[in-house]
Amino acid sequence: MADIRSNFVGIKSPNPFWLASAPPTDKAYNVVRAFKAGWGGVVWKTLGEEGPPVVNVNGPRYGAIWGPDRRLIGLNNIELITDRDLQVNLQEIKQVKRDWPDRALVVSLMVPCVEEAWKAILPLVEDTGADGIELNFGCPHGMSERGMGSAVGQVPEYVEMVVRWCKQTTRMPVITKLTPNITDIRKPARAAFNGGTDAVSLINTINSITSVNLDTFSPEPTIDGKGTHGGYCGPAVKPIAMNMVAEIARDAETRGLPISAIGGITTWRDAVEFMALGAGTAQVCTAAMTYGFKIVEDMIAGLSNWMDEKGFSTLDDFIGRAVPNVTDWQYLNLNYVTKARINQDACIKCGRCHIACEDTSHQAITNVVNGARHFEVIEAECVGCNLCVNVCPVEGCITMEPLAVGALDQRTGRWVEGAYANWTTHPNNPAARQAAE
Amino acid sequence: MMAEGQLKQGIAAGRLAPGQYSDNFSDLHPPLTQHEAVVEADRCYFCYDAPCMQACPTSIDIPLFIRQIATGNPLGAAKTIFDQNILGGMCARVCPTETLCEEACVRETAEGKPVQIGRLQRYATDTAMARNKQFYERAGSSGKRIAVVGAGPAGLAAAHRLAVYGHDVTIFEAKPKPGGLNEYGIAAYKATDGFAQAEVDYVLAVGGIAIDYDKALGRDFSLADLTASYDAVFLGMGLAGVNALRAEGEEAYGVHDAVDFIAQIRQASHLSQLPIGRRVVVIGGGMTAIDVAVQSKLLGAEEVTICYRRGKEHMNASEFEQDLAASKGVSIRHWLQPKRVITEGGSVRGIELEYTAMADDRLVGTGEMIRLEADQIFKAIGQTFDGAPLNGSGNLIAMENGRIKVDGEGRTSLPKVWAGGDCVRDAREDLTVAAVAAGRDAAESIHRALTSNGRA
Repeated sequence: MADIRSNFVGIKSPNPFWLASAPPTDKAYNVVRAFKAGWGGVVWKTLGEEGPPVVNVNGPRYGAIWGPDRRLIGLNNIELITDRDLQVNLQEIKQVKRDWPDRALVVSLMVPCVEEAWKAILPLVEDTGADGIELNFGCPHGMSERGMGSAVGQVPEYVEMVVRWCKQTTRMPVITKLTPNITDIRKPARAAFNGGTDAVSLINTINSITSVNLDTFSPEPTIDGKGTHGGYCGPAVKPIAMNMVAEIARDAETRGLPISAIGGITTWRDAVEFMALGAGTAQVCTAAMTYGFKIVEDMIAGLSNWMDEKGFSTLDDFIGRAVPNVTDWQYLNLNYVTKARINQDACIKCGRCHIACEDTSHQAITNVVNGARHFEVIEAECVGCNLCVNVCPVEGCITMEPLAVGALDQRTGRWVEGAYANWTTHPNNPAARQAAE
Repeated sequence: MMAEGQLKQGIAAGRLAPGQYSDNFSDLHPPLTQHEAVVEADRCYFCYDAPCMQACPTSIDIPLFIRQIATGNPLGAAKTIFDQNILGGMCARVCPTETLCEEACVRETAEGKPVQIGRLQRYATDTAMARNKQFYERAGSSGKRIAVVGAGPAGLAAAHRLAVYGHDVTIFEAKPKPGGLNEYGIAAYKATDGFAQAEVDYVLAVGGIAIDYDKALGRDFSLADLTASYDAVFLGMGLAGVNALRAEGEEAYGVHDAVDFIAQIRQASHLSQLPIGRRVVVIGGGMTAIDVAVQSKLLGAEEVTICYRRGKEHMNASEFEQDLAASKGVSIRHWLQPKRVITEGGSVRGIELEYTAMADDRLVGTGEMIRLEADQIFKAIGQTFDGAPLNGSGNLIAMENGRIKVDGEGRTSLPKVWAGGDCVRDAREDLTVAAVAAGRDAAESIHRALTSNGRA
C-alpha cells in the first residue's frame, strides 16, 4: 500500500492535503474538526499585527458562479485576514499544535511592510510551536489597499526584502504565498527564492467580479448597492494555477524550489495533477467550504489507490514527473500529425462536432453522407485541432489519432516524418533562416 | 347490504370518496419549477439541425427555445414556440412526445433519457400566458374576410395566422364552446384547470377573430353560402362520425362512443355525478382507447379491460400511454375482436370476443371465443369523416379515402376553399400538433392567394 506521508521543507504531515489559509482555518474549533476529519495539515488563517482587530464588512463576503444545477464553479470573497484578537489566535494555535503533533500547522502572516512589524510577530508565532509560516503576499482585496497582501506580492523587490527579514529572524521554515495578479509569476518567485524562502505557495485568489446584478446594476457581492473586486477561487481557477505552478517548477532560476499548490483543488486527481507539475503539498479551501471537511476521506483513498495502481510507493515517486513535459511552444514537434476519428457506434448524432468545425474552424466534419445524417471527419481538411473532441458530449466518442510515420497527411500532401522538428528549425521561421545563413 | 363504491353493480355514479376525484384527475405531468426547467434545459445539447425539430410536425426550433429557457429568457422561448405553433401550450400537454421530439432526442440514443421537451415547452408557454404576454400585432386591415369552419386546433391555428396578416376571420363552431378536441376530446388529466379555454382566449386576444357558436355546416349554413360571402374558406371541422363495432347488440344500453364519454368527463362539473360501470370493456388500440380506459378507472370502475384486435406492437397508443394505462390498473388484451354484446333486459352484461391471428398478412378470426363480463362498453375504434354536411352546397368537393382531399398546402378541389386537420386525409397522424401545422400552412397559402404572393 502506498505511503502518502509528506515531508515538505521539513514540515511533516500524514498526507499532502492541507487546508489553505482561509475562513476554514480561522479558529481552533474548525481546525480541530478538520484534523478529526483527516486533513494532513492546515495553514492557519492570516494573522495581522497586534492591535485593534481587523474589521470585516457585515454584508455578503462571497460571490459565486454556478452551473445550471447550482454546482459551484467559482467563488470569490472580500473577507479580510482574521478579525480575531492576535493573542486568542496564538493561544489556540499553541493548544492545537500540542494536541495534534503529527499534523502540519503553518501560520499565515500579513503585517505592514516594515521590518519591525515582521520582527515583532515572528517570535510570537515561534512560541506557539507552529511548524512554519506562510507569508501572505497574495490577498488582492482590502488589505492590498493598505499596502499589504498582493500590494507586496506584485513588487518582487518587496517580496525579496520581506522574505529576507523573516529568514533572518526565525528558525521556522518560510513559505511565500504568491499572488496571481501579476504578469509573470516567475518574477516574484525568483525574488522569494533570492530572499531565501524555503518554499512558495500559489496561487492566492484572482481579482474578480463574479456577476452584476441587473436590477440594481451593482457588482456581486453587493454591499448596500456597491461592490468591489474580490479574490476568485474554486474549480474555475485550477488551469490558471497549474500553469503558474509549472512555470515556477521549470524555471531555470527556481527549479527545485518546493511548491505548495493552491487553486481549485477539489479532488485527489486535481491534487495529483498539481503534484505532477512539481507541488509537494496540495492546499484546499473552496472544496471544503462547499462540501465540508469530509471530502478529504476520498482525497486520501483516491490518492492511495491511484499510487497503488501506478506502482508508486511514495509521493516523491511522482512529484514533478510532468515538469519535463512542460515546454515552450517553439519546441513542440511539428512533425506530429493527428486526425480526429469519430467512433460511429458511440456517436449519438448531435452534430456539435460538425457545427463547431463548420462555423468556427476547418470544415472538416460532414453532416450528411449519402442523404443520411452522418458525422465523419474529412481527413483532407482536418488539422487535428481537438475542438470536436472537446465539444462532443460523449466521452471517448471522438479521439485524436496520430498518423503513423510514413503515412500520407491528406491535408498537406506530405508524408509523416519520423524525425522531431520544431519551429526553431522550421524554414518559415525568419530567425531559423538567419541561424542557417 | 347493498354493495357500495367500486363494487356497486351496473353503471353508477359516486364510486369514490368525494375527495378522490380531484386527486385522480390532477395534472398528469405537473409543471416544472424555474430551477427544474433550467436544470432540464441544460441537458439539451443544442444539436445542429436537431433531430427533435425534424420530428416536430410544426417544426418548432426546439434547441433554440430550450437554450432561451436556460439563459433565463422564457418569453423568448415562448415566442420561438408560438411562431411555429400558436397552440404550443396544449401541444406541450397532449403531444405524444415519446413518439415525436423526445423519441428523436439524441439523449434518448445516448442514455434512454431524452430531454423533457414537452415539459420545457409547457414551462415556456405557461410563463408567457401567465404574464399575458402577446407577441403578435395585427397587420393593417387587408379588407379580406375569411370563414373558418370549426374552432378546433386546425381552425384556431389558421384563424390566428390569418388575423395576424390583417384579414378578418369568422369562425363557425357547431358546439357552444371553442377548442374542438382540445376542449372535448383530451383526457381531463392532460389539460387541467380550464386550460383549453384559457388558451383559446390567449389566441383570440390578437384580435380580428369572431366566433359564431352553435353554427353547424349543413344545418345552419352551407359551403356555398360561405364561398359566396367570404374571400376564402378554411374547413377544419374534424371528424363527426364514429366507427361501428360491427358486433351484434351494440345498440344496447351501456354501449357508448368513447369520444362522447371523454367529452362528458371534460364538461362534467362534478365528476362524482358521472356514472361509470363496475366492469368496463374498451374496444380499440389508440389514444382514445387509453384515454377512456384510464379515466374509467379513475372514476372508480373496478375492472377496466382494453381489447385490441391486433398485437401490442400494432397499437396506435404509444408505449408511454400503454404503460400509463397499466400503472392505473387497466388490463390490455390483444388479438381479440368483438363479436356480440351480451345483454339482459336491454342492458349490457358482457361481451363475446373472438381471438384473432394473422394469416397471409390478413387479420382473421380463429373461431375461438371468450366472454368478458361488462356493464359498460366503450367504442374507441376510430372516427370517421361525416361528409353529409358538405352536400347540398351546390359544389362537389373531392374526397380521398373518406376525407377531404387537399394538396400540399391545404387547397381542396374547390376554388377559395382550403381544409386541414382531422377532416383531411394526409400522411400525418390525427394529432393536435399536425392539425395546428395544417391550419397554419393553409393560412399561409390563403394569404398568398389573397395578396398575390404575400403582397397586399
